[in-house]
Amino acid sequence: MTPASPRIAPPPSARAPVATPPPNPTRADRVFLAGIALLGGCYLLVLLAMLVADAAYTSPAHLWAALRSPEIRYSIHLSFLSCTLTAVLSVWVAVPIGYLLSRYRFPGRALVDAILDIPIVLPPLVIGLSLLILFQTAPGRALERWFPITYAIPSVILAQFMVACAFAVRTMRATFDHISTRPEHVALTLGCSRPQAFWWVVLPEARRGILTAGTLAWARALGEFGPILIFSGATRLKTEVLPTTVFLELSVGNLEAAVAVSLLMVSAAVAVLLLIRTFGAQESLGRPL
Amino acid sequence: MIEVRQLHLRTGSFSLADLSFTVATGTYAVLMGRTGSGKTTLLEGLCGLRRVQSGSIRLHGRDITHLPPASRGIGFVPQEAALFPHLTVAEHLAFALRVRRWTEDAIRLRVAEVADSLRLTPLLERRPQGLSGGESQRVALGRALSFRPEILCLDEPLSALDDTTREEICSVLASIHQTSGVTVLHITHNRREADRLASQVLHLHQGSVTQAPLAS
Repeated sequence: MTPASPRIAPPPSARAPVATPPPNPTRADRVFLAGIALLGGCYLLVLLAMLVADAAYTSPAHLWAALRSPEIRYSIHLSFLSCTLTAVLSVWVAVPIGYLLSRYRFPGRALVDAILDIPIVLPPLVIGLSLLILFQTAPGRALERWFPITYAIPSVILAQFMVACAFAVRTMRATFDHISTRPEHVALTLGCSRPQAFWWVVLPEARRGILTAGTLAWARALGEFGPILIFSGATRLKTEVLPTTVFLELSVGNLEAAVAVSLLMVSAAVAVLLLIRTFGAQESLGRPL
Repeated sequence: MIEVRQLHLRTGSFSLADLSFTVATGTYAVLMGRTGSGKTTLLEGLCGLRRVQSGSIRLHGRDITHLPPASRGIGFVPQEAALFPHLTVAEHLAFALRVRRWTEDAIRLRVAEVADSLRLTPLLERRPQGLSGGESQRVALGRALSFRPEILCLDEPLSALDDTTREEICSVLASIHQTSGVTVLHITHNRREADRLASQVLHLHQGSVTQAPLAS
């Protein structure tokens, strides 16, 4: 394993230049701008219309009734707990993997990089099924004997983690790619060992990326449904998280409660997105989600 | 004294082989060469940031060829200053001293001394984001000099500066060299810088280092 050659990269604080409209737009400029504004505007309109329709469908009474239901309160509690644990675990794993992939060249690096993308490209149901099968193997059953996972709360966290961590890894990789190796090298000449340079120079510089990775993992975990349904089941007051609640309420025809819970999730997602925007979206992903 | 003997360095497909030169203690040596000739690679090899394939590097008789950068006692100032964005100027000057576990009193004294010599005292509480190019380079110089290195390696420290600031930093470098007596290896492709500062000029051309004449 050898250190990667240093690259000159823009500092993490660098932002993309903002295009300003030409002072005297021609007719072609105006048609072009109107065209792209129309296309983007249509998409934005449908997004907003969906949210407005959700809000119009429900009422404060429905929201209050949903919040008073013990099952839904349990689901909110478990969702927030599992998402927070998933976010912490994802950052814990994504930081070293992102650093390793960004800074070092080693045999099989491209393969490792591709394997780490599997949770992003696989259908979520397949991830749940694969986890279920994994814990039916001899080592999986042996682990379950002293620490039950399948159809229990740990399975919710594991299912969320397997998907959310892949996004956190991408974010951390992009973050470290954008941090120049020079300050780290200078720290080495100033007397730091590699771990000291990592803790004292690289990590503080990556803090915005770490926060972005954590919030992104949290948001992904909140919306995770497929793997949880397969690997954890949909047992009320046991493995029920917010997407499971929406599914269960829909399946018994309680559309009002399903919409009320959906709005709760929308609010949480918007709050997280605002956090990401505020704390440095510039260090976000190298690829679209 | 820096003694480089038959040094072989490689970076990707580029390599430098059989480089030999000597810089006497207390000398201000300027290493010149065209862009892409391998000046930075050579400097990184000296600082321990690039693995040496073969050959040897000795500092004051001590073989440092395979020592980690931290054990070489070389101050390094890169072209783009590479300041730490989360630290204040004072914390930059104290960084190497904290790594070496100096006492807080000793650190305070040394930071004040370095800040005074580089006219950084009014900037001590500032962060890199608010500094000009010349100020950033002075902080990078102070950070590299804080632990009193035996050798100071400068990688084109003036190339991104305007003429006035360049002249100002040149004066600072000349003054530091005169007062501290540190041995300097300064990379540049600017002949005027070499004429202004050098007591020895080395030329890296087509993979070999030769001694060039000083300006009269």
